[in-house]
Amino acid sequence: MSDTNLLEKLKTIVEPYVQNKEAFSTISEETDFINDLKINSANLIDVALDVEDEFDIMIENDDMDKMLTVKSSLEVIEQKLAEK
Amino acid sequence: MSAQEIISKLPYSDPFLFVDELSSISENEITGSYLFKRNMPFYDGHFKGNPITPGVILTECMAQIGVVCLGIFLMGDKLGENPKIAMTSTDIHFLNPVLPDEKVIVTSTKEYFRFGKLKCHVTMTNEEGEEVCNGFISGMIFQ
Repeated sequence: MSDTNLLEKLKTIVEPYVQNKEAFSTISEETDFINDLKINSANLIDVALDVEDEFDIMIENDDMDKMLTVKSSLEVIEQKLAEK
Repeated sequence: MSAQEIISKLPYSDPFLFVDELSSISENEITGSYLFKRNMPFYDGHFKGNPITPGVILTECMAQIGVVCLGIFLMGDKLGENPKIAMTSTDIHFLNPVLPDEKVIVTSTKEYFRFGKLKCHVTMTNEEGEEVCNGFISGMIFQ
């Protein structure tokens, strides 16, 4: 799966939980879920669970701790997909 | 963990404890009840001359039985001395009023418990078996 394809899928997953729609319109790898998109920590867990369903992967506690930005989330997803 | 142990671990007390009994508890489902007593202070103002249990109080009752009690059971031995808990979202629909001196029965089914977040589908019924309210409640525990 190409990087842009992954990013598009992640954007679709994240969108329902975004409080700051303006920051979402300019989303990039550097975007921080909590500080930029204003997603609360409880909904961050829903993002992780939706990522699990979409990519058929298992997110562990360590992965969850990392998934705070677009970039680190894509890294976790790519790593999990490579391990499959 | 017994029902009495779970209730003793709840971080609430009068006048904000809305759990009387827990009748069944499992990994996936919990059922409990609470009696809304006529002398509770909010009835004086909600509404003037027409006491009806506020929806926020019904929601709190559903959260205490359906999410916090179930969460304490699911945490088991892993529960620390002074855990910090927070309600993180609610999506509740109200169908019937609860009047003073009415007993309600709350049943909650676990949707998931992951990364410290417990999401449940919760239903409240009255003693006639009529549905009072239902919906989803989520909460988190920070150890």
